[in-house]
Amino acid sequence: MPFIPHTDEEITQMLERIGVDSVDDLFDEIPVHLRAGVLDAVPAGMNEMEISRLMRQRASENTTATCFLGAGAYEHHIPAAVWEITTRGEFYSAYTPYQAEASQGTLQLTYEYQSMMTALTAMDVSNASMYDGASSLAEAILMAVRANRKSKSRKILMPTTVNPVYRKTAHTIVKGQQIELVEVSYDQAAGTVSLEQLKQAQQQQGGDITAVVLQQPNFFGCLEDVDAITDWAQENKILLIAVINPLTMAVLSPPGNWGTGSGADIACGDGQPLGAPMSAGGPYYGLLCCKQALVRQMPGRIVGRTVDLDGKEGFVLTLQAREQHIRRSKATSNICTNQGLVVTASTIYMSIQGAQGLENTAAACFENNNKLVAKLSAIDGVNKVFSGTHFHETALQLEKPAAGVLKALMQKGILGGYDLSHDYPELGNAILVCTTEMRSEEDIDAYAKALQEVLNVASLAESA
Amino acid sequence: MLIFEHSSKGRKGAPQSPATKASVSAIPENLLRKQSAALPEVSELQAVRHFTRLSQKNFSIDTEFYPLGSCTMKYNPRACNTLAMLPGFLNAHPLTPDEQNQGFLACMYELQEMLCEATGMAAFSLAPMAGAQGEFAGVAMIEAYHKARGDDARKEILVPDAAHGTNPATAVMCGFTVKEIPTLDNGDVDLDALTEAVGPQTAGLMLTNPSTLGVFERNIEAIAKVVHEAGGLLYYDGANLNAILGKIRPGDMGFDVIHSNLHKTFSTPHGGGGPGSGAVGVADRLKEFLPLPVVDKVDDGYRYLTAEDRPQSIGRLSAFMGNPGVLLRAYIYMRFLGREGMVRVAEFATLNANYMMAEAKRRGFTLAIDNRRASHEFIITLKNEARDYHVSAMDFAKRLLDLGYHAPTTYFPLLVPECLLIEPTESEAKEALDGFMDALEQIKHEAETNPELLHAAPQTLPVKRLDEVRAAKKLDLAFAR
Repeated sequence: MPFIPHTDEEITQMLERIGVDSVDDLFDEIPVHLRAGVLDAVPAGMNEMEISRLMRQRASENTTATCFLGAGAYEHHIPAAVWEITTRGEFYSAYTPYQAEASQGTLQLTYEYQSMMTALTAMDVSNASMYDGASSLAEAILMAVRANRKSKSRKILMPTTVNPVYRKTAHTIVKGQQIELVEVSYDQAAGTVSLEQLKQAQQQQGGDITAVVLQQPNFFGCLEDVDAITDWAQENKILLIAVINPLTMAVLSPPGNWGTGSGADIACGDGQPLGAPMSAGGPYYGLLCCKQALVRQMPGRIVGRTVDLDGKEGFVLTLQAREQHIRRSKATSNICTNQGLVVTASTIYMSIQGAQGLENTAAACFENNNKLVAKLSAIDGVNKVFSGTHFHETALQLEKPAAGVLKALMQKGILGGYDLSHDYPELGNAILVCTTEMRSEEDIDAYAKALQEVLNVASLAESA
Repeated sequence: MLIFEHSSKGRKGAPQSPATKASVSAIPENLLRKQSAALPEVSELQAVRHFTRLSQKNFSIDTEFYPLGSCTMKYNPRACNTLAMLPGFLNAHPLTPDEQNQGFLACMYELQEMLCEATGMAAFSLAPMAGAQGEFAGVAMIEAYHKARGDDARKEILVPDAAHGTNPATAVMCGFTVKEIPTLDNGDVDLDALTEAVGPQTAGLMLTNPSTLGVFERNIEAIAKVVHEAGGLLYYDGANLNAILGKIRPGDMGFDVIHSNLHKTFSTPHGGGGPGSGAVGVADRLKEFLPLPVVDKVDDGYRYLTAEDRPQSIGRLSAFMGNPGVLLRAYIYMRFLGREGMVRVAEFATLNANYMMAEAKRRGFTLAIDNRRASHEFIITLKNEARDYHVSAMDFAKRLLDLGYHAPTTYFPLLVPECLLIEPTESEAKEALDGFMDALEQIKHEAETNPELLHAAPQTLPVKRLDEVRAAKKLDLAFAR
């Protein structure tokens, strides 16, 4: 019996104490005709040796390739200590810290996480995490609608330079609350949304806009004009929601410093680049930060520092009156479980890296991407789509269908990038390539060589 | 001491990152960060020591009996962690083409199939990242179903008053109004009140069975009939299947939509607050509305279904595939159990709960619901002790911590005064249960003779009782540099 410790003798003693003859008697309140039969479609159990064999086989059926794909998930080096400590049983197998005195480890760590995240984003407050970047954008929008009481429209300006899956996820989550996500197109030369386009959208929508979303670096890796847009939003009483890649904030101006005023109102994004493996999509975590004035509109758990009866420092979950277990139908969100263990990893990652380590890592991503783009765009038939600076992702125009090129690259062991043609048909045969600090000169050369070969194959257009 | 207080200016030497900073001068000046982020500057050893010590300030399943009701703190097998972290899974980019991701997709497809079989539902989506998101998906599907039929008047979701707080919060997020249905003293839903409440405005009923009161809802067939005849759908808050796995299936009880917290029944770790997984299952008529992605089996392998395959889907709930690392752990655990193991989970979780309930009664505690079978959990009410000795359920909880046991859930469900909701799970041995009951009995005796011991507890932990009022009034949410 896997993971059940009972001996026959104990079972007999326990049944006696309960006063029944068999374990089956304990289910006598369930109508007999509703009882389940044998679960045929579930295979028979296995022992650890057999499962290990199965899982190693399955893991090997996932083919690995050199990764030049980003689009929301990034391959970074994770120091060995990070997950060694994170998977200690005391972190791994603890529950939500409702008994504060018996959970000071998780609580203090979460407070330290909040401190690191506010430092990185230059925002006032961070919560203890949301599920992922996409769902944290949805919660940021709901939060903005609650917070911006001057605005009646429930309209959110959503530039299409925001990650397409983030936009889709936000739509799923907010549509039940009569919130309208108004898409705003981008400048096709720069790959960024212009202030003019936002102003125009505002006018077309009748002037009253609740919030505007701005991603930095944006989905194309281009850098948005965050200062001017933040100032415009503030002048127009529009809340500004920043979507960020937290690692890049080691180098780029953080949302709390955008513009000449008080910066972005809310910042969200995915914490994956800070210590979480790509892991086929998760678990990652959503970061969510805000200005002090919005703290009571923040969803999710927040840890505060306080003192115990003796005046000794300690940590507790605080502002719980916002949450579902107290407010029920009037809560700020239904979220309760978050991504605590990944936050644990991320906090250890940031501690080991420090600001200098993060800056060096982010700068290496930037440098490697420039090298890659220089090499690739030197190939005939490959061109940069947008002018200007790119962070660690760049859109490249190909003369041949993107899907076929990426497939052919995969056969050469290269995960070559993201096919932009579904989400951005106006860009034609374009792909988004990504480079992190993990890619060596050899990797970059290998990509350039492979792409050259793939594009030389005359029959590619037909095979695609 | 905070990690920031171990920091020394200029200390670096992380051998893990590039040694020097490449030039970023190509980036326009105004877009660059002006001042380095105030992160701690510590050595790797300092960080390792600090976080190892922090971990030692936690109670956890691996170190203490943790009978936290409705949270199912069962053993998290180490093999599930080791095998879910094989490089082939960890290094997979989420947008890897399906052909190169077959090993992972095979596990996910089989997980969907096993969940269908265990719950009696027609189809599953693994997309929701926690129970609350599973609930959201479930209620959003109910909304989408009625809407697709042009049945636009169904604006109300019914919720028993004993329900978890996420139920009403979720219904509101999906644009519904909420009506509460009372619960009878014996723990069953008030069927008369339900019959009165349903109508053409009813979108559905959200129900937990066994209920949050720890008993099986005996009128489930009648409830299903009332709701279905009114045109509503039945939503199963299957946060926890531990009491019924292999014994009775939500699909056979008449439920149309369910969510299952894999971090409870299927033993994925709680991680100090997550990540979880709230997979959703549906009856056939709701299949088209499932959240994406869903994994399908085709002739030559497995693939993710997209919005083109499922145009009526409620959509995406996250950027990629829910929480794959959690899903893999659940998959591995289910393969350990197999079909016989699943039934035994329910049998021994129920045996342990009923044994503890019998012991509690024998030792003079008042049960919230007497003369019923416990499910995987049961409730003690300390209202008499509170009246006679001025000690609260919270005092009992804190004193338990001193004696080396994590406290049960306190003050939930809200209907029962001064309650402890106790869930031992199947993975605890009899001596752990006896030890806990001895501790509880000792505390009861202390309450009668020396209640100060309870009021002053805990004494043996890193901190004594913490000032929560101060925490909320004088907000200190980040280290001030």
